[in-house]
Amino acid sequence: MKILVDKSAPFTHAPTSVQKTMATVLLALVPATLFNATLFGWPAVFMFLITLGSCLGAEAICLSWSNKPVLPTLFDGSAALTGWLLAMSLPPWAPWWIGVLGAVFAIFLAKQVFGGLGQNPFNPAMVGRVALLISFPVQMTAFIAPRPLFSSTAPGFIESLGITFAGRVDFDSISAASALGYVKTELSRGIPVSQSVPHLPDLMDIALGMHPGSFGETSALLILAGGLFLLARRVISWHIPTAVIGTLFVMGALFNAINPDRFTGGVFQVISGATFLGAFFIATDYVTSPVSKRGQLVYGCGIGLMTWIIRSFAGYPEGMAFAVLLMNALTPLIDHHIRPRPFGRTRKGEPLPLARGEK
Amino acid sequence: MLLAVGSLTVMGAALGTVLGVAARFFAVEGNPLEAEILSLLPGSQCGQCGFVGCGQAAAALARGDAKVTLCPPGGKAVAEKLAKKVGVRVDLSEAEDRGPMVAYINEDLCIGCLRCMQECSTDAIVGAPKQMHTVVSEVCHACAKCFKICPTEAVEMRPIAVTISSWHWQKPGALQAPPQVH
Amino acid sequence: MKLFPIRGGIHPDYRKELTSEKPIVALPLPRLLYLPVQQHMGAPANITVQPGDQVKKGQVLAKGQGAVSAPIHAPTSGRIAEIANITAPHPSGLPQNTIILEPDGKDEWGDLPEPLADPFAATPQQIKDRVAGAGIVGMGGAAFPSAVKLGLGGSHKLEILLLNGAECEPYLTCDDRVMREYADQVVDGARIMAHALGTPRIVIAIERNKPQSLELIKKAAAAFANIDVADVPVQYPMGAERHLTQAVTGRETPARKLTADIGVVVHNVATARAVHQAVRFGRPLISRIVTVSGNAVREPKNIEVPLGTKVAELIDFCGGLAETPRRIISGGPMMGQPLPDLDVPVVKGTSGILALTAGEVNERPVQPCIRCGSCVSICPCGLVPVEMAAVIRHENMDAAVAWGVMDCVSCGSCSYICPSHIPLAQYFNYAKGRLNEQDRERRKRDLVKRLVEERAARLEKAAKAKREAAAARAAAQAAQAATAEANRVNP
Repeated sequence: MKILVDKSAPFTHAPTSVQKTMATVLLALVPATLFNATLFGWPAVFMFLITLGSCLGAEAICLSWSNKPVLPTLFDGSAALTGWLLAMSLPPWAPWWIGVLGAVFAIFLAKQVFGGLGQNPFNPAMVGRVALLISFPVQMTAFIAPRPLFSSTAPGFIESLGITFAGRVDFDSISAASALGYVKTELSRGIPVSQSVPHLPDLMDIALGMHPGSFGETSALLILAGGLFLLARRVISWHIPTAVIGTLFVMGALFNAINPDRFTGGVFQVISGATFLGAFFIATDYVTSPVSKRGQLVYGCGIGLMTWIIRSFAGYPEGMAFAVLLMNALTPLIDHHIRPRPFGRTRKGEPLPLARGEK
Repeated sequence: MLLAVGSLTVMGAALGTVLGVAARFFAVEGNPLEAEILSLLPGSQCGQCGFVGCGQAAAALARGDAKVTLCPPGGKAVAEKLAKKVGVRVDLSEAEDRGPMVAYINEDLCIGCLRCMQECSTDAIVGAPKQMHTVVSEVCHACAKCFKICPTEAVEMRPIAVTISSWHWQKPGALQAPPQVH
Repeated sequence: MKLFPIRGGIHPDYRKELTSEKPIVALPLPRLLYLPVQQHMGAPANITVQPGDQVKKGQVLAKGQGAVSAPIHAPTSGRIAEIANITAPHPSGLPQNTIILEPDGKDEWGDLPEPLADPFAATPQQIKDRVAGAGIVGMGGAAFPSAVKLGLGGSHKLEILLLNGAECEPYLTCDDRVMREYADQVVDGARIMAHALGTPRIVIAIERNKPQSLELIKKAAAAFANIDVADVPVQYPMGAERHLTQAVTGRETPARKLTADIGVVVHNVATARAVHQAVRFGRPLISRIVTVSGNAVREPKNIEVPLGTKVAELIDFCGGLAETPRRIISGGPMMGQPLPDLDVPVVKGTSGILALTAGEVNERPVQPCIRCGSCVSICPCGLVPVEMAAVIRHENMDAAVAWGVMDCVSCGSCSYICPSHIPLAQYFNYAKGRLNEQDRERRKRDLVKRLVEERAARLEKAAKAKREAAAARAAAQAAQAATAEANRVNP
């Protein structure tokens, strides 16, 4: 009897796979997605489906162009996750072509150009979002107040088709600013933070999601629940989320204490905008984050710090996407310089010295 | 005008002095590359590269007149080292690597003429006149001088057989694509 | 007893329940025994018998040669049928010089060395010689000659003999059964080894998933104040020498040093039992306990097997194969060696024979690395497998060494955890093999160079001597001629 000896040990394997990991992340996004779909109505549902579908389509086209097997790779779930996260970061009533263009940026330019899964230096969803934000600032900041499905303010199905596919919507009359955007605008008009914040919905409403913002990021609590689910399933570790949120909170609280008229508080920084989505789902993207735990802490702190700086000083009200991309660029450097300490060696790689008194 | 001319003159003089001093202090005797390359070559002066001895081959390599794959006894390993030393890229994956070889003397054909023993540059052949000779494979580096000189073609060049102690796992195959679905 | 955490590690599906409650059964004598001359690390043994010789049980068939080696003994009485090249129990499937013994069925013992009446009155050297003579090697799988390790007391200041009963490999239960059925022998062997090493303390470390072993060994060791039993957590690779040392003592063995350098010597529990047998009864190592398991085997068992029995006979004894196995493995599934064939013998280091189904092995096509970092988190050696594999893929061995590939213990945890099913451990095995090969080539090159230079110097010297002789001869002739001339001129 001849038996295979083409491979060395081990001959047992954990029940892990790329598909399983991706599916878990998608599952963690479901509650927040369903909630927000209800909150923003049919146009949001259309936008979500178009973005997701375009990403899958773009991936399929790229794979067939490069003569790679299409179906198995498509079902590894990575393109679906990119599409899903991109949709979460777009304004809920964005027109159809925003979703399609975003998918082209994310899958063509950020992922497949570099060789597909595992090869991309930058988070594809964030590349898609940032490219859209820079190219179409008006459409990308046209947020609306929640209009829950089947409520009196919500557009009907047919009307919604018009909004998404024919641009039959007058944003000037209905658009509302996100919390971060509102504070920034008021600040530029000379109104101090301490006076503009009381005009916002209260923090509990912001945490629940009852405020204008991107499709996926408004419901901070459901995103947090999804993130905790990922932590419990050990898909992600605590290092990156804690570092991001912690740094953001510390910077916010510290500077708010120094100058409450200029800087918003720590809790506000953490609850508003894309903090939770970014910290648990975007920054933790395996491919573009460091592999060592200490490296992940550095990376997370970097994202928190950059986000705070962009939110506080730059022209854009939200900085999570930029911060993630900037730290993505540093990931190879972090991985090169921050390594675990090898067994029996010092951090510098020298063998440990023998204790005194022994040979 | 005068200031410009003056300052340029001063700068020129100063920098020239610096260069002159540097040239004296960091002077290089001969071509150090040649000695470094020579240390990488087997040093058996077998002449299979076409040069007379390893010294000339090293000189040619240092000048860039020879390929890094010139040394058959050194094989792939030496070629890799040479490529790194002289700073060229060489695709050795395609290069035919016969692996390390040793000389082997066919006992039936050997007439005990001693010629191979005299030729062997590492004294790897033992034997006595009119008696069969044997190659000590541990020190044979396959320069093939004995192979060429043997009057009865009793010397064969054989690849070194893999043993249990020298065997090791192969590199896993290139990334296996999932099965093609049509 | 206070324990210390170790880094990383995994918790595979242990599946020890397949055999953990199966008492050790003896295998009936097979028709032929195949005894390779190399069943241990170091130099192969030197055969001292001829085909046709009649041998008695326990008689030496091949002597150890050199400092690191071990002799081979006859597992039973019989006739040497042949000395031939037989496929070795090794993934290469290469042949190895093997003594083939045909048992006569009488199972008669030959003359054994006298038992050491009081081993604790014997000198360490006597015990070491006895262990060397009995051909005992590390029975956890590495098969390093035990006598060499027992001699470390002379060169190192040792404090603890650490007896390794962790048995952290899935499936294997041979050490568990030895501890449960021969607890007193294990403890006695450990005391003898500690005496030879000169260590004041003995710690017997057992993973918590073997409660009966823990209890029985504690009972057997209760009478001896210098023995501690440590119940170490269930965490692969707890049984790795350096990691077990760290878990029990908190001391981290520096890279490129031995555990002996920090005062600890680790031996396997089955080795302790073999030492007990050799010292108290003069019996050499001629059989061992083997776990035969895996879902492809009909009746998994723990078997006491005469060395040299073919694996196929073990499988037959276990009711044969229930289905075609995907892999046959010698040792555990994490670090064992795949066997190309069932027609290979059991040797001193064979702790288990596993016939695993495709479902148990769970092999899948390799997918691209997603840099999830799982391999980094679980690496018990603190390495970065993802980066090492990347540089090895490009044959960049210098970078692989810089990333620490030579510190890798090949525990396989990274391959086990990888969601993309990348055979990381195989990359490292390849790199280590390749680096050793390069090292051998370099040493040969240096040797060749030295020989070439020596020869050149010798030839030069000979030529010079020749020249001088010729010159001297010429001078002498000239002088002679001059004298003759002078004589002619001035008669």
